[in-house]
Amino acid sequence: MYRYDEFDAKIVKERVDQFRGQVERRLSGEILEDEFKPLRLQNGVYLQLHAYMLRVAIPYGQLNAARMRKLSKIARDYDRGYGHMTTRQNIQYNWVALKDIPDVLAELAEVEMHAIQTSGNCIRNVTSDHFAGATIDEIMDPRPWCEIIRQWSTFHPEFAFLPRKFKIAVTAAEHDRAAIRVHDIGLHMRERDGVVGFEVHVGGVQGRTPIIAALVNEFVPETEILDYLEAIMRVYNRFGRRDNKYKARIKILVTETGAEEFTRLVEEEYAAQQVSEKIALPQAEIDRINAYFAPPAFEEKSETSEAFERAKIADAAFANWAKINLHPHKAPGYTSVTISLKPIGGLAGDATDSQMTVMAHLAETYGFDDIRVTHAQNVVLPHVALDDLYDVYRELDAAGLTTANESLITDMIVCPGLDYCNLANARSIPVGQEIQKVFSDPDYEQDIGKLHINISGCINACGHHHVGHIGILGVDRKGEEYYQISLGGRADEKAAVGQIIGKALRHEEVPGAVKTIVDTYRDLRTNSDEKFIDAVERVGVEPFQEAIYATD
Amino acid sequence: MPLIRDGAEAEDTWTFINEGDLPSSGCITVPLAKLTEESETLLARNQQIGVRLEPADDPYDLTPFLDRIAMIEIDFPKYTDGRGYSQAQLLRRRLGYTGELRAVGHVLRDQILYMNRSGFDAYQTSRADLPNVVQALEEYSAFYQPAADGQTSVFTRRHTKA
Repeated sequence: MYRYDEFDAKIVKERVDQFRGQVERRLSGEILEDEFKPLRLQNGVYLQLHAYMLRVAIPYGQLNAARMRKLSKIARDYDRGYGHMTTRQNIQYNWVALKDIPDVLAELAEVEMHAIQTSGNCIRNVTSDHFAGATIDEIMDPRPWCEIIRQWSTFHPEFAFLPRKFKIAVTAAEHDRAAIRVHDIGLHMRERDGVVGFEVHVGGVQGRTPIIAALVNEFVPETEILDYLEAIMRVYNRFGRRDNKYKARIKILVTETGAEEFTRLVEEEYAAQQVSEKIALPQAEIDRINAYFAPPAFEEKSETSEAFERAKIADAAFANWAKINLHPHKAPGYTSVTISLKPIGGLAGDATDSQMTVMAHLAETYGFDDIRVTHAQNVVLPHVALDDLYDVYRELDAAGLTTANESLITDMIVCPGLDYCNLANARSIPVGQEIQKVFSDPDYEQDIGKLHINISGCINACGHHHVGHIGILGVDRKGEEYYQISLGGRADEKAAVGQIIGKALRHEEVPGAVKTIVDTYRDLRTNSDEKFIDAVERVGVEPFQEAIYATD
Repeated sequence: MPLIRDGAEAEDTWTFINEGDLPSSGCITVPLAKLTEESETLLARNQQIGVRLEPADDPYDLTPFLDRIAMIEIDFPKYTDGRGYSQAQLLRRRLGYTGELRAVGHVLRDQILYMNRSGFDAYQTSRADLPNVVQALEEYSAFYQPAADGQTSVFTRRHTKA
């Protein structure tokens, strides 16, 4: 994991002091709320329905035990004993007092954390594959470049007042778990003739009008990527629309200008850069940052573990959990563990302060001090020896953290919705909980297989409903909550926007409709290996439409 | 309106003439369109001439005039409109403009550091609680990325012996 040097530490400390001054000037009335807004936003502070919300950055989702313990302490001391993991691998606190926020930031700085640029119309937290550095299907570890991009984008003086927020995601694995094609810039790491570089996708987005990103450049070598990003950002900052907040994302610039013309503008700006304008990242700096991400000292182990096999035979619940929540690791005898934060009937992505402490302890004891937050709002221990897995499981189980549903239907992405958010039109959390109850029988759920349900409480799409295999969008109809259902969306390397299947349904109709969709799939799948999303791709949405609406 | 130049309060000797007759004396700035259309008359004046850029203006249009103008004002109609930062960077770093570069309009204390880094050296601000504004330029001691202020980036400083 990256560790701050004197520069990083100083910059974050200076930020705390700066924000403390800004809060003092706001509380004294010296600056107005309207002028304070961009300052607090660039520090992750939102004014929400009930209180200020603080969003803390977890760069590319990476934590360690010390950081997790600090997040736990903040939940206990300044919030109501929990935190909420977000789809951008960050954590949010919903009940923090404005006057306390400078102190919270000072505490975060102690463990090399901050809330810089977690909101506002600037470059946001860089996200990545939550299995980075552990998974067998990556060509390299994308985190060093995430860190370089984090630093480059931090307080970038030219790009702090963009037309709209700006999100960058990086992956280096063929199977895209970072949803890079629905980001403003999605970078896929490639290797060409021994040179590391990036495939550059621009203009993807969720939100009101979802768009899959356009491929703007097939290969930008790593030594040029920051300069190339500057060119994209400058074209966007100069020419992106500012007349309408809903047309201000870079996707609109790309679609209105045309992907080809947009690419030409970027290439022209890039070609015009003079030597004196280049970032000139020293190779020694690339090497320095890479060194922080060297693989941990894995022991030499065989592929299988006797202890693990024995425990599975002895404990059926453990065997079931291990079947669902593990991901193949590049080192023999190790695995990556997903800790689901989606218990049936719970609040998606929420962790209590004591649960955070348990996860910190496990990472430290068994997991090379490494923890990740996933964009599906779960937590991952990326490096656990199979030999230790049963110990890890028992400790997790005692903390209520062994829900066995990773990537299954009850592992939903759910935005806070009308219960917390002042943008929302409808509630999301209760809908998710009611759907979970329909599928709470593990045999039924596992028979369905991998299926992503994503729920958003409004068209801003924080719950990523467009790219859910089943997407659910809350809408307001004359003060009543209705829900629009779409099918066939996906966020991976075959990214697609789901198709709306018919008129919106009343709240109480939604769980039944989802069950109808799922049972229709079970009837029409060619065999139990055909996943839901593949079946939808094969047959289209009609059979599902018919099943739901035919009886009307 | 109070003016801060090179980190200290300064006297403002410039007048912006949007339209109508030009005064017979004094330093003036004019809109970009006026400068390009009436450049011969304007540049023939005895007094110094400058230009005011609006957010949509293309700094490249100033290329033929850059060695003959002494002032470029960049207007921020709203502080949230960040196009002026790119205009400034282009003028300073690509087009080599060395005269005064002044931010005008909705210029707030907490934007001044970013402006300074983008190449501005003067700020016209109605919120000139001066010591406080000047402090804003000193809130950070290191910067990750190179910009128009000539500061060495942290990326480079890490590998340069002090």
